[in-house]
Amino acid sequence: MSAALDALAPVAGRRRLTDRAMRALLWAGTLVALVPLVLVLWFLLQKGLGALSVDFFTTDPTGNFLGDPGGVRSAILGTLEIVALASAIGIPIGVGVALYLVEYGGQRWFAQAVRYFVDVMTGVPSIVFGLFVYIVLVVSGIGGSFAGWKGSVALALLMLPVVTRSAEVVLALVPDHLREAALALGAPRWKVILRIVLPTALPGLVTASLLAVARAMGETAPLLFTSAIVMGRSWDLGGRMNSLPVQIYNDVSSPNDQIVARAWGAALTLVALILLITLVARFIARRSRLA
Amino acid sequence: MEVGAVSVTAAPPPSVMERGGAARRADPLFKALLTGLAALVLVLIAFFLVFLFTKARIAFAHQGFLSFIFTNDWNPSKEIYGSWPLVAGTLITSAVALVIGVPVAVASALFITELCPRALRQPLTILVELLAAVPSVVYGLWGFYVLAPNLKGAEQVIDDKLGFLPFFGGGPIAGPNYFIAGLVLAIMILPIVSAISREVIATVPADHKEAALALGATRWEMIRTAVLPYSRAGITGGAMLGLGRAIGETIAVAIVIGQSPAIGHSLFSQGSTLAAQIVAEFGEAGSDDLHSGALIACGLVLFILTLAINGAARYLVIRAERAGRSGTRAARAPRPAGGTA
Repeated sequence: MSAALDALAPVAGRRRLTDRAMRALLWAGTLVALVPLVLVLWFLLQKGLGALSVDFFTTDPTGNFLGDPGGVRSAILGTLEIVALASAIGIPIGVGVALYLVEYGGQRWFAQAVRYFVDVMTGVPSIVFGLFVYIVLVVSGIGGSFAGWKGSVALALLMLPVVTRSAEVVLALVPDHLREAALALGAPRWKVILRIVLPTALPGLVTASLLAVARAMGETAPLLFTSAIVMGRSWDLGGRMNSLPVQIYNDVSSPNDQIVARAWGAALTLVALILLITLVARFIARRSRLA
Repeated sequence: MEVGAVSVTAAPPPSVMERGGAARRADPLFKALLTGLAALVLVLIAFFLVFLFTKARIAFAHQGFLSFIFTNDWNPSKEIYGSWPLVAGTLITSAVALVIGVPVAVASALFITELCPRALRQPLTILVELLAAVPSVVYGLWGFYVLAPNLKGAEQVIDDKLGFLPFFGGGPIAGPNYFIAGLVLAIMILPIVSAISREVIATVPADHKEAALALGATRWEMIRTAVLPYSRAGITGGAMLGLGRAIGETIAVAIVIGQSPAIGHSLFSQGSTLAAQIVAEFGEAGSDDLHSGALIACGLVLFILTLAINGAARYLVIRAERAGRSGTRAARAPRPAGGTA
């Protein structure tokens, strides 16, 4: 062993130094990449925790510039409602498109085109989705002007490509012999898909959907144009609606320290919600064989 | 084992071919439904373009298409809509984001895939991915209250020292500015550039790396001669996807750039981007068709820019990954023969 090593010429000093230096550089780059994460979380906790209280979660923003600014109850409710409706629209369509791509599309030009545009759609800025829904639904005045459900439509458009891309990966992992076995037993194609493919891929699909939900939850721009903002609590998706991101955006530039503190508290709440969903998604992904 | 024994209890169920039409008729329906959903995606993209264009046309007609993009004067009160200050702001902030973000992202991707101990690989990946879980508006809040005030001193020093260069030396610097916006964008594109780079680097055939090491290359030489040339196209694609993100990023930039629609004197002065200006003026545009048309035109420019950049980026990434896969197969093919010898 050592004889063999001795037989090798030692690496020249300059090369060894370069190797050391570059390795250190890559290591340093990785550390630098993690610095913002630590800083963001640190300041969120430092400034956000102070703002949290029972009142913070149980009162609505008052809209008063002076005096008690109120909490963020309506914003939390609005975010949950809008995102729930967006998921109800976006996830089934997204999974449906993925099913087409995996079960019927294959390598056909049409499927390739859909795949390509779904990819491209993931990169379309969220503000463009917001503008689109604004033009199509808000300006035209369908069902009033600004409304919570219109925000949901914008978020659903945003979620669709995300869901489709990850669902396609998961569905493609369902072993072909399961499909073949079911078909050989005489099951029609739709039954194979609904009873064999979907249940097998379910955990992976749930993960994909949750990650899309987490992404949609933090979006501000599409909601700004579609569901606007209103202070009070509302269960009505047909009217203007408050939401956490828009609330934060509105509070950011306020010269009133209490309102800025509310923004930090709302930001902490939002990040906590998103991290929670992300963690659940990862947990489900880890437990399933396919994801 | 006797064949007859099976059919004693009951006649076998009819095969799907003999069964009543309902089960079979459902099949084409189901297929048509799913195909329709897929077609919806293409229709949507087409719809986007048509709708945005019809609403933006009034602004293009008023100003002229090229003049809309290249006139350096954005002045809604005088009905002058030349979006060059916004386009320039978008390009400046995105450039800053790429210059800062891409090297860091690629370094972290190389470290995670090639250098770090196996046990650290998963945790580091998750930590970098977590950056993507923080919403844009929270980055904006953080950039505005933490980054901008704390970096002001350092920015002033850099601005004074580099005053002889173009884009520097603009006198007293603004709190929110191009550089801060670029820095926030760099953080926001980091996870996606890093993720794509990791994917592409993972497709580099092990044979190439082992060959480099066997020839006596150090780890870094192996990365430089085997990994980087192989994954260059894919990493470029990843960087372009990051660029697409940076160009379209709205809220964080709107908060930390100052939203002043004129080109600043230096990297450290206030400015605006296409997306940020849409957010800033959207409320006041209201029922003014020309003004809101101009903002929608900004959105259209943004849409076409990102469409082109993402399209090119996807092409590069897909080609790189395909090359990686087929390269692996080709290299592995002779292996069994070598193994038995």
